[in-house]
Amino acid sequence: MKNVIKSTLAILTVFAVITSCNNSKTSNNKSGALASNVAEKVYVAPGEHDEFYAFISGGYSGNLTVYGLPSGRMFKEIPVFSQFPTSGYGYSEETKPMLNTSHGFIPWGDSHHPDISQTNGEIDGRFIFINENNTPRIAKIDLKTFETTEIIEVPNSAGNHSSSFVTENTEYVVAGTRFSVPIPQRDMPIKDYKGNFKGALSFISVEPEHGHMDIKFQVLMPGFNYDLAHPGRGASHGWFFFSTYNSEEASTLLEVNASQNDKDFIAAVNWKKIEEYVNNGGGTMMPADYAHNVYDEATHSATSTMIKEVLVVNPSEVPGAVYLLPTPKSPHGCDVDPSGEYIIGNGKLSANLTVHSFTKMLDAIKNEKFDGDAYGIPILKFEDVLAGSVEQPGLGPLHTEFDDKGNAYTTFFISSEVVKWKLGTWEVLDRQPTYYSVGHLTIPGGNSRKPQGKYMFAMNKITKDRYLPTGPELEHSAQLYDISGDKMELLLDFPTHGEPHYAAAMRADIIKERSQKIYNLEDNKHPYAAKSDAESRVVRKGNEVHIYMSTIRSHFSPDNIEGVKLGDKVFFHVTNLEQDFDVPHGFAVLGQNTSELLIMPGQTKTSVWEPTKVGVWPFYCTDFCSALHQEMQGYIRVSSANSDTPLKWSLGEDIE
Amino acid sequence: MTVLFVTLLLSCGGKEEKKKEPISYGRKEAPVKTETPKGTTTPASKRIDLTNKGVGPISSVTLEPQIDQNMATKGAEVFKNMCTACHRTDKKFIGPPPTGILERRTPEWVMNMILDPEGMVKNDPLAKELLMEFNGSPMANQNLTEEEARSVLEYFRTL
Repeated sequence: MKNVIKSTLAILTVFAVITSCNNSKTSNNKSGALASNVAEKVYVAPGEHDEFYAFISGGYSGNLTVYGLPSGRMFKEIPVFSQFPTSGYGYSEETKPMLNTSHGFIPWGDSHHPDISQTNGEIDGRFIFINENNTPRIAKIDLKTFETTEIIEVPNSAGNHSSSFVTENTEYVVAGTRFSVPIPQRDMPIKDYKGNFKGALSFISVEPEHGHMDIKFQVLMPGFNYDLAHPGRGASHGWFFFSTYNSEEASTLLEVNASQNDKDFIAAVNWKKIEEYVNNGGGTMMPADYAHNVYDEATHSATSTMIKEVLVVNPSEVPGAVYLLPTPKSPHGCDVDPSGEYIIGNGKLSANLTVHSFTKMLDAIKNEKFDGDAYGIPILKFEDVLAGSVEQPGLGPLHTEFDDKGNAYTTFFISSEVVKWKLGTWEVLDRQPTYYSVGHLTIPGGNSRKPQGKYMFAMNKITKDRYLPTGPELEHSAQLYDISGDKMELLLDFPTHGEPHYAAAMRADIIKERSQKIYNLEDNKHPYAAKSDAESRVVRKGNEVHIYMSTIRSHFSPDNIEGVKLGDKVFFHVTNLEQDFDVPHGFAVLGQNTSELLIMPGQTKTSVWEPTKVGVWPFYCTDFCSALHQEMQGYIRVSSANSDTPLKWSLGEDIE
Repeated sequence: MTVLFVTLLLSCGGKEEKKKEPISYGRKEAPVKTETPKGTTTPASKRIDLTNKGVGPISSVTLEPQIDQNMATKGAEVFKNMCTACHRTDKKFIGPPPTGILERRTPEWVMNMILDPEGMVKNDPLAKELLMEFNGSPMANQNLTEEEARSVLEYFRTL
């Protein structure tokens, strides 16, 4: 009886909850309705798709992660600068050259700032670029395949931080150095930094059709730290803006010594002028040493080429090309609004946000109102270029993004908040806390002429109590806000992988339909492909054994191999004969000390195996591919070095 | 059980067993006896159904009385590249052989099987039975164009 009462009560309670939910949905007030409203805003029903893609950098993971908005679901980790056993990237013979540098093979990276290619100042969704901070490199990811297809090393650069940002028509992807260094590198006392170290700003041209990258020129700037950058757009297209700190040129204890000057600079670079200068033979070709790694989608293979020279430009050679805009207190973010008129300097140690005016800058240049120079580069007067400032909006401003309604959103690291303010009037409209210590923020299309609005997400550096504790290390937490109304509304916390310095986001429909589903077998030009069962074979070349292997649900061809000897280097060239979306096969062999392979339909990948023991060793498919996945296996026999076991292979019958 | 029994026998691939098998469970009886056990139906691969067009994009195919040799040659090439990982022309491999297929199936059924194997296995009872007969090994969708599938069909007529 008691139970009956209990369950009746329970049913009534449930009923009450349901009823109140129904009421709240229609009432639309902010009491109990809030929670369910918010849930609806981020709910993407099973089988439905998110409205936006977000590409979030992995920081010290070296990679780039793909998320959906508003759900906050992670869809993919794209390996870029780090080896990735999940797919074999950086381990397979085809992809190892992607991680080659002038310092040799580097298996990891520190990825920071992704930026999507643009056409006419609008995001076009063809490519996404991302920088490697530690061993300076820029990578290009093709958004047809979501694969890294090109990586170029940046010589003369050190701490490739003010990167990778694209110009309005993706003419250039730009990479500025954080550290200034001796150029060319040489053995010299560190204390002689001042006047001797230089900061390189690299303009990497992007060939319009295929996106091939090439360092067009480097501007050798004074020995400051170049922190972040953004392109001019609209009227200011043709200019690029870089924030600087350490204009003191200190080489030690920067937290004190680089905070001495009341103002550092935003460097305004007229790249069109420099481009014209170098097109007319200007600049100096200097010896260099850097890797250019290109992945060919026809051969499914990357090649690495070492380049031995780079064109450098001393800004004092090109009058009118570079100016310095005084900006208070170690500016970090350097952001340009969608119109291209306002350049926002987020002075980390400044009480106010500084906004420069592009029009005023041009006027000041025209009237030659200079306030001195630095190594021959004219310094403009602060008051002459200032458009306005946002007074005391918060503590520790870092980065600003924009919506499509003339508003700007700035993150404040120390006071852990995002502040919304109005361009032109500089008034603060709203502020919302973040949890905790926000770094970058992203609005889909927020770094273009046409922000796509609707959502903003903040990427926080400290998580603490936001998630269940998982030991001392926690994934960082991002927070999604609805910015369609007057006030920002916090919708969702979601974890991000590694350290998401920055992210680029865009409407999903721009790339969704173009996403490639398979690689056509007939286009496979891999020299070791086995494009049909008849091409499966094993070939010995000295101590190299090349296995031309094919896979289809659910077998390898061949699946019995004999005649391999200790001391051999065995190349498993595995071609996936499937031509159906989302049917990869994996490959692993016992004792494989590289990584497994994950082979997409129509693709060929190679794993090298140097057996260390005599025996009969199994190999199998690592990706559950069909009901008979567990049957997808084979054996390779390894004989002693002096044995005379003949080289033989088979499928479906015993080797006789 | 009977199906399993038959499958096990079939999976021996018609090869004569020379070695003495250490496990004799389920293998003792001679194949002849079990091929058509009392009360069982013909296996799906041997059954003749010349009315069923299957379920898929193809509802009507016209076969000219004369084989189009050009088309058949192209079909042979497509078959070699896309199908031989699982099919031999004249003997059972992972899947059944296509030789004589048009004596058992309609051309529409064949093309639908090539173009939409997932849909066929779901919606066509015969295709479903075939999947079971062939160890649950799914026919891969090799993303052939309709024209390519048609040429493969023409090639099958030459076998």
